[in-house]
Amino acid sequence: MSLVMPKPDEGTIARRAEIAAVLRSIVSADSVIDDPARLRPYESDGLTAYRQPPLVVVLPETTAQISAILAWCHANAVKVVPRGSGTSLSGGALPLADAVLLGLSRFNRVLDIDYADRIAVVQPGVTNLAVTQAVAERGFYYAPDPSSQIACSIGGNVAENSGGVHCLKYGLTTNNVLGAEIVLMDGEIVRIGGRQLDPAGLDLIGIVVGSEGLLGVVTEVTVRILPKPEIARALLIGFPTVESAGQCVADTIAAGIIPAGMEMMDALAIKAAEDFVRVGYPLDVAALLIVELDGVAAECDHLIEEVAAIARANGAVSLRISQDEPERMAFWAGRKAAFPAVGRLAPDYYCMDGTIPRRRLPEVLERMAALSQAYGLGVANVFHAGDGNLHPLILYDANIPGQLEKAEAFGSDILRLCVEVGGVLTGEHGVGVEKRDLMPVMFSETDLAHQQRVKCAFDPELLLNPGKVFPQLHRCAELGRMHVHRGQVPFPDLPRF
Amino acid sequence: MQRRALTPTCDEDVVDAIADAMRDGDRLAIHGGGSKADIGAPTEARRLDMTRLAGVVDYDPAELVLTVRAGTRLAEVEALVATRDQMLAFEPFDHGPLFGRPAGPATIGGVVAAGVAGSQRLSAGAPRDHLLGFRAVSGRGEVFVAGAKVVKNVTGYDLPKLAAGCWGRMFALTELTLKVLPRPRVRATWIIDGLSPGQAVAAMALAMGSQAEVAAAAHVPAALGGALSRTALRIQGFAPSVSARGAMLAAGLAAFGAARMLDADTGAAWWAEIATLGMLPADRPLWRINVPPSGGPAIAALAEARGAAWLFDWAGGLVWVAGDIEPMTMRGAAQQAGGHATLVRAPAAMRAAVPALHPLAPGVAALETRIRRAFDPNGVFETGRFHDAD
Repeated sequence: MSLVMPKPDEGTIARRAEIAAVLRSIVSADSVIDDPARLRPYESDGLTAYRQPPLVVVLPETTAQISAILAWCHANAVKVVPRGSGTSLSGGALPLADAVLLGLSRFNRVLDIDYADRIAVVQPGVTNLAVTQAVAERGFYYAPDPSSQIACSIGGNVAENSGGVHCLKYGLTTNNVLGAEIVLMDGEIVRIGGRQLDPAGLDLIGIVVGSEGLLGVVTEVTVRILPKPEIARALLIGFPTVESAGQCVADTIAAGIIPAGMEMMDALAIKAAEDFVRVGYPLDVAALLIVELDGVAAECDHLIEEVAAIARANGAVSLRISQDEPERMAFWAGRKAAFPAVGRLAPDYYCMDGTIPRRRLPEVLERMAALSQAYGLGVANVFHAGDGNLHPLILYDANIPGQLEKAEAFGSDILRLCVEVGGVLTGEHGVGVEKRDLMPVMFSETDLAHQQRVKCAFDPELLLNPGKVFPQLHRCAELGRMHVHRGQVPFPDLPRF
Repeated sequence: MQRRALTPTCDEDVVDAIADAMRDGDRLAIHGGGSKADIGAPTEARRLDMTRLAGVVDYDPAELVLTVRAGTRLAEVEALVATRDQMLAFEPFDHGPLFGRPAGPATIGGVVAAGVAGSQRLSAGAPRDHLLGFRAVSGRGEVFVAGAKVVKNVTGYDLPKLAAGCWGRMFALTELTLKVLPRPRVRATWIIDGLSPGQAVAAMALAMGSQAEVAAAAHVPAALGGALSRTALRIQGFAPSVSARGAMLAAGLAAFGAARMLDADTGAAWWAEIATLGMLPADRPLWRINVPPSGGPAIAALAEARGAAWLFDWAGGLVWVAGDIEPMTMRGAAQQAGGHATLVRAPAAMRAAVPALHPLAPGVAALETRIRRAFDPNGVFETGRFHDAD
């Protein structure tokens, strides 16, 4: 693999037995794993191309234990990698050979539900879907719905600022979280945000969400819950060209409609999905759009007709409107199975996650097709069309020497293209290790230094989840220095302004 | 004596101003339209007037994205997006009228830096939820960017969250990229008169938990002019949906009394009064109490006991209190209710003695200070306004 992780500290590795013993003095003996065979399940997350067994795994059950673990690791300069359910698609929870892997799976309780204030307080190991299930009896739900929601944990959602197909209307994790308890690398426990809308002081919960486990270990999360919409209805629309599908999306938004979800698939993805689940997707179209409206029935009925008219005006060649819940689910079945369906086209696939300004979609798809030819690897596209978040799926065979590297190079080219047209490297999967080395494509060294100094404010020794997000690990002391300005030592002589 | 304000017209000017300030050991007070200049302790720091860093850089309605320079007037931004039937969904407002000045000068940079959001914050979020990216000059005198110009992005730390509500204490924002959203076609305001504070919060909670998708919920007690208290719930969107949800809401709230709909003009005027706090006395100290909604009635009870005027916004989660209440008492009550209290308006002597922002727990305060120092190591932007000029 082309990825270079920080050089493991041999001294720490040599202390494995001692570290495991210390951890066993903090948590129960069965909560520490150091048997190599039992470390294997932890060697990767959802980005399986990268694997590394951790030094040792610890599965604490209380905040006090986490505080004690981090304090000891901090005092002994031992690195720590936090892990939720291990579903990250960017390697955010990839272990390090010289780091303790801190698993949050035993933090699995819903602590409080307050319907009057419309919040739930949960431990980080609770799965995303379990939050919704916990409040479903009163007709509420937790809005962000990443596709891994049956498995992914809320703590991981906080770390990655996870989205989902409904985030254009309902926001990402960051828009649905009010507060958290976190433990800093030195063991200090702090509460940030709260149960009210605005934080007192700086928006610390805002900076912790999406920080990819580099700032602190989240031990409790307060999320907003919403009343479940009365109904949802969907349209399944086929277009002869990607341009016309894109224009339909733009016209829908221009008409003042923000659908609950708006998903696009290209011809290869449509065919793969239809072959896999047989839900009646049209196979003679270049782009398929699923538009979902939710809310009260009167609203859905009204907007369905509006969107249908916009679709027809843009030359839709097929158009179906869900008449009942099974039909709506059928529309989604193909989209939801798109990744495994595409997975049947080749032994392996590599899922990318850039965002672009939507109007650049036709050009981006065209250039992606040219790259596909040049690399000799197929690519299928599924696309959160409402917010411009692309998921190109690159097809390859890891058993053919050189193909993984080729797929990665193709993926990097796609992400560079996203940035070139005004977009970003990642819309919802996170930087992790996967896109770490591409960060300079989007940010200057000065931009990155301003981000890294935030890291220094939380974890000045850079012990928490090192090797992720930032392409270079600058020491905090070095980052803190004031640099030479206008070719001189700082600020001599004349006023400039 | 107040020295002449610095008036940068580009990023490089800001860089130079900071370089000069560092050389001279000066502090800089970032200043937009001045609508919030009387919040916080009076300061002698030199003004960095951002109003000439103004203008729209890019507006792409179909992408829901707007990029403007920080010194652009809020009124100008709102007028622009209105031409395309869009809005800043966090419903920002100009603080001028709270201080007896006309609305108009507030800038978009000031609104974002102060985290200003109106009644719709309850359903649509705050500046933090709509600031997609920015360019700024940090206290280190360096230009940097964060976030991006697309609506969905998780690349790198979410620095826009720190920028929204930072009160200009870490960097000078020079350019902002904001998410814009369609403006509702129809707005309907439903009211129930005569509820007690506790009943009002319960009614608003019931409404917010219903499928009626309430956009804003506020309550004004009888003491503020009306013969009866008034609880108002705003529903908005497309006409067929708004009428269906209105009926649903009225039925759901029947136990609290008969809800009726205001005509559009009366409804709009009522919400405008809430935004400018026209019902509250203008000559008393003004507190902004942020609590979980269920904590609202306790704050109202304290205000009534001390003869202060108050009203609820955000379904009870925001309590405005105008009156003479001992600061420790006010803050203690806010904390007891699970929230915090901001001193928005007060005589200069009181502002010099009482911090505008609610004091934080020591560990959080220390963390905040480290974060601010990460951007502004020499405290160029620490003017004493927030009692933290270390």
